[in-house]
Amino acid sequence: MATQDIIDTLAGIEPGSALDAIRARRLQARENAQKSYLSLFEPIDASDVSLLERAAVAAFVTGLHGESPVATFYREKLAASAGGAALLGSIDAEIARGRTSGPYGSYPAGPLSAENTAGLIYRVSAASKTALGARLAAALEHAHLLVFRPRDAAAADMKALLDAGWSNTGIVTFSQLVAFLAFQVRVVSGLRTLAAASA
Amino acid sequence: MSAVNPPVAFTQDELGWVSWIEPLPEAELTERHYAGLVDRARAKSEYFRLLVRDPEVLEARTKTDKDIFYNVADGLPRAERELAAAATSRYNGCIYCASVHARFASTYSKRREDVQRLLDEGVTADLGERWNAVVKASVALAETPIAFGPDNIAELRRAGLDDAEIVDVINGASFFNWANRLMLSLGEPSK
Repeated sequence: MATQDIIDTLAGIEPGSALDAIRARRLQARENAQKSYLSLFEPIDASDVSLLERAAVAAFVTGLHGESPVATFYREKLAASAGGAALLGSIDAEIARGRTSGPYGSYPAGPLSAENTAGLIYRVSAASKTALGARLAAALEHAHLLVFRPRDAAAADMKALLDAGWSNTGIVTFSQLVAFLAFQVRVVSGLRTLAAASA
Repeated sequence: MSAVNPPVAFTQDELGWVSWIEPLPEAELTERHYAGLVDRARAKSEYFRLLVRDPEVLEARTKTDKDIFYNVADGLPRAERELAAAATSRYNGCIYCASVHARFASTYSKRREDVQRLLDEGVTADLGERWNAVVKASVALAETPIAFGPDNIAELRRAGLDDAEIVDVINGASFFNWANRLMLSLGEPSK
């Protein structure tokens, strides 16, 4: 048998269950959500985004969504990563500082301006920036923007990442990582809710 | 690069999209990149030539996307999968994604005016019991922390969706929390 399906594992979907059968009808989606996970966390080329950076960002992003089996999984993944245990305290502290409710943010000036919603503009603390380094600190600030106020994103945010040492390819992989996790945490939450409602 | 003319309202019109960082030049694409693009024609798109900087992730993401939305052998009608995508995009604020998937929702449902009301009035527009349930579930899933709960399941069931169709709503809405974040943060739409 291949590597266990991460969404099934995190959602508690047992082989032979009703949801297992439903998921089997979207086999290509199921297999490629798994391949997405593997290509982000077991990449063939980690030269633009290190494995430690991936694990730290994942623990932060899923932690921002609140406590869940997904957040626990990625926190443990960070703890088990080379160099990860030393970052756990800072990541936990930054999750606590960054938690809020989204989505919020601003639209281009015009009729949608009436829907602009103010909210936390998160910045990493000075202490955590020292512990995490400028590159990871910039990543956490951008990840927070992606999680809670994606419509605020601007060209200047790309420049901030480039200035902190991220390459164009690194920005693509890192953006995919955060965006994928936004998908994964929701699929798991949705499937768990459905399973509980069907029990 | 030509001047960007960003739209200031949600629309079903066709929009362009301009990257803020450098896509790969078409001339530099290798077979590894074409595998990532899945459809070779996507080499013409600035968005896909940017995402193909990580070909393995792009390939897996594209195949996930296609099965969630295009595999209509069973489950939720395509129109309502597109509605989930459009509602998620409307709520997250992705004008580009909303334009594409509102158009698809209109095409497959033949309810263009209702789709336009979703864009104009937002996710609280009254679109009838079944669409309201799909939109509300999509919005609850888009919130952070996630607000999707048993009430959403009950509402979808009352509106006539079975569990396989509800999984299609969950997959479609969740996927757009992926897509919206890429489209919104790596570049911008242009009229």
